[in-house]
Amino acid sequence: MATKLPEVDILLVGFGWTSAIMAQELAETGLSILALERSAWRDTPADMAPTFDQDELRYYWRQHLFQNVSHDTLTIRNNTSQTALPMRRLGSFLLGTGVGGAGVHWNGQIWRFLPSDFLAKSHNAQRYGPQSVTQYDMTVQDWGVTYEELEPHYDTFDKLCGTAGKAGNLRGQIQPGGNPFEGPRQNEFPAPPLPMTYAPTLFAKAASEVGYHPFPHPAGNMSQPYQNPLGAQLGQCTYCGFCEKFACGNYSKATPQTTLFPSLFTKPNFTLKTGAEVLKINLDSNGKRAVSVTYVDGEGREWEQPAGAILLGAYILHNVRLLLLSGIGKPYNPQTGEGVVGKNYAYQITSSVHVFYDDKILNPFIGAGALGMVVDDFNGDNFDHSGKGFIGGGYIALLTTNGRPVEWYAGSHIVPKDTPNWGPKWKAAVAKNYLKSATLATHGAVMSHRGNYLDLDPTYRDIYGRPMLRMTFDYTDNEHKMSDFLTDRATDIAKAMRPREFRANPRKGSWSVVPYQTTHNTGGAIMGATPQDSVVNTYMQSWDVPNLFVMGAGAFPQNPGYNPTATVAALTYRAAAAIKSQYLKAPGALVQA
Amino acid sequence: MADAKDDAQKDGAQRRTHTLLDRRKLLAGGALLGSAGAAMAGGAAEVRGTTIRNGQIWRPGEADYPEDATGAKGYRFFTGAEAAFVEPASERMIPSDDLGPGAIEAGVPVFIDRQLAGPFGRGDHFYLGGPWPQGLETQGYQTRYTPADLYRAAIPAIERWVGGQFSGRGFKSLGGADQDKVLTALEGGDAKLKGVSAKAFWGLFIENVIEGFFADPIYGGNRDMVGWKLIGFPGARYDYREWVGRHSERYPLPPVGLKGRPAWDRA
Repeated sequence: MATKLPEVDILLVGFGWTSAIMAQELAETGLSILALERSAWRDTPADMAPTFDQDELRYYWRQHLFQNVSHDTLTIRNNTSQTALPMRRLGSFLLGTGVGGAGVHWNGQIWRFLPSDFLAKSHNAQRYGPQSVTQYDMTVQDWGVTYEELEPHYDTFDKLCGTAGKAGNLRGQIQPGGNPFEGPRQNEFPAPPLPMTYAPTLFAKAASEVGYHPFPHPAGNMSQPYQNPLGAQLGQCTYCGFCEKFACGNYSKATPQTTLFPSLFTKPNFTLKTGAEVLKINLDSNGKRAVSVTYVDGEGREWEQPAGAILLGAYILHNVRLLLLSGIGKPYNPQTGEGVVGKNYAYQITSSVHVFYDDKILNPFIGAGALGMVVDDFNGDNFDHSGKGFIGGGYIALLTTNGRPVEWYAGSHIVPKDTPNWGPKWKAAVAKNYLKSATLATHGAVMSHRGNYLDLDPTYRDIYGRPMLRMTFDYTDNEHKMSDFLTDRATDIAKAMRPREFRANPRKGSWSVVPYQTTHNTGGAIMGATPQDSVVNTYMQSWDVPNLFVMGAGAFPQNPGYNPTATVAALTYRAAAAIKSQYLKAPGALVQA
Repeated sequence: MADAKDDAQKDGAQRRTHTLLDRRKLLAGGALLGSAGAAMAGGAAEVRGTTIRNGQIWRPGEADYPEDATGAKGYRFFTGAEAAFVEPASERMIPSDDLGPGAIEAGVPVFIDRQLAGPFGRGDHFYLGGPWPQGLETQGYQTRYTPADLYRAAIPAIERWVGGQFSGRGFKSLGGADQDKVLTALEGGDAKLKGVSAKAFWGLFIENVIEGFFADPIYGGNRDMVGWKLIGFPGARYDYREWVGRHSERYPLPPVGLKGRPAWDRA
């Protein structure tokens, strides 16, 4: 039996990027704001200090910063003919946990989506015909929001993070040295690009030779000391090569901790409770209003926390599961295509090309999460897809994120073709090539498809007895054709880099939960223009329960070929602005159905 | 309702923190649990409850250092029979040769032993609840064994299979070429083991061997940083700012680990 607590005005569920941004933005209203985070408090001095931070085993392989699947996992399968089984060990994606969420262990790759990405259905249908967006059972949709509407909010996030980069399009004027394909920016990046390690400069030269347009990858790693508009101070990156999967001990990576907390935790009307796991959102008798959440604390006691408005800011898989467990919105049915909750789950498709030199020492251990050069010539609709049999695209990058040897040799297998997996020849190959290897990565879109979705598992339950989330997902021919095309273009660049040899690793077959690929899960609580085809409106507000907002990449109707965090943040800032300027004055639907 | 009122009043205090379970005590307590308690121990570690307002909390003395697994002699987990497989097998995988020390000299078996004796061995980050039907390759790790249980079950099964193939002999007594044949059969799943999947074991074993060769020396492997020296990885270094732009120059400094390096230790 849950004990009822006094009501708060705004309740945030989960405490990573989106909830921290919301809390910061809404604090000025003076309303009482409470965030519930199921896992632990985490800060730089105690949890991620530079004296013990560069520890590959503990943080990545023993998953020190990630969601512990012994406590909470989901079930996985490729299609409805298979039986979903639990993800017994993290692999393909690395879910965050604790204060700061996955924002603690990300690489800091800060991208804006293309203007045409937000019009995936109408734009492609117009250019390539209506079947281009329905072939392979695709269920592609427009977002209901435009790049132009999001641009000021992207800009806010860049300033929060001190993003390092070079604009390619300033107010419509193409700029040398930047990404010529990007949507127009109102402002230059707040910080200059990171200085380049050797391998990305070789990549950039080769990419230019074959006619592409390389530019520095936009980075949430500090190219210089930076003070953001909230007064938070970040230090210059030291290129230690422990970003993604690790926390930064140096205040050099933009995270909720480094960019928001110094300001946010001075707000007297903001409270965070950790060890508080939300089990359910409780509705009123009409099912039209969220009145409270039920949560369990560290001692296992149940509490009911009433709130005026509830904002879900957990990871997308948890947000979608909470909607399903709470009976909010109509669950998606892949047979009939009806229902929306869980619809259009998507992911990303990656591949790589390794290059090996004899005469060049690349020192791969010098790196940062977003340090490198990239070409965007084959992302989104930046190229003519006529006759190619797919829509969408991705970027091709050479990033020197790390030279961590366990990851190189137990995870990525960065060794030349025909190298055995163990034994003297393996040892010799590793010794010979480590300092002279680099990896070109492709990072591709996944469109939405009728058969890819999230629902509740019929068999497996969590420690509270609730059904686990079930993920049904596979790549279709659209993804494989697109990814093969990207891998071929990356191979063209790799050849032009004139290494001794190279090895391409195209992504073949069905999606597999091993090995690690990317933590860019999207969809399931998609946004759109009408309640018939979306869970939330473009202000992330539930169509069914207007005092409930659902943040995060769950809102993406399909997944473009970029890293999602900046778009997640921009959507959050836009929702926060609407909540402040409209919703709080007249609580109710911000968009009429 | 008394609790709620009490909680609301306490919330008015400037700052209130209460740690329900001290993490180190919890982990030490978890060490006493058998594998049956592993899932619960892993879950409980997540749930320290704290209320934070009017300033971030400061936790003096709580810097979360890793445990030092070096120093003690002997095995804590492996039996003699298990070590008789793990030592020669890991040495075939990373042999001592002209390029430098191999797995045994690097302490790989000791590393794996310490890992299996600790939270990893208990499956503290594995979900092991049932049912346990056979999974597809795309569904990854699908056994109910913890890593420690998997080693404990697989090694005798491997030895039985080896005995069947090589007229009753044990893995350790085989010549190098025959040992390689056994490892190749495990890797490809051709060795049909009783009650345990050869591929599941192999996947974990090769990962642990590579970890033991390249992870920070504080965990008992990569002794004297031989893995890092082999490839030229400078280890847990902090600041490469001067080196970002020095293209194709060899980085001159020797590796360091979290504990420094042996040259800094007292003799």
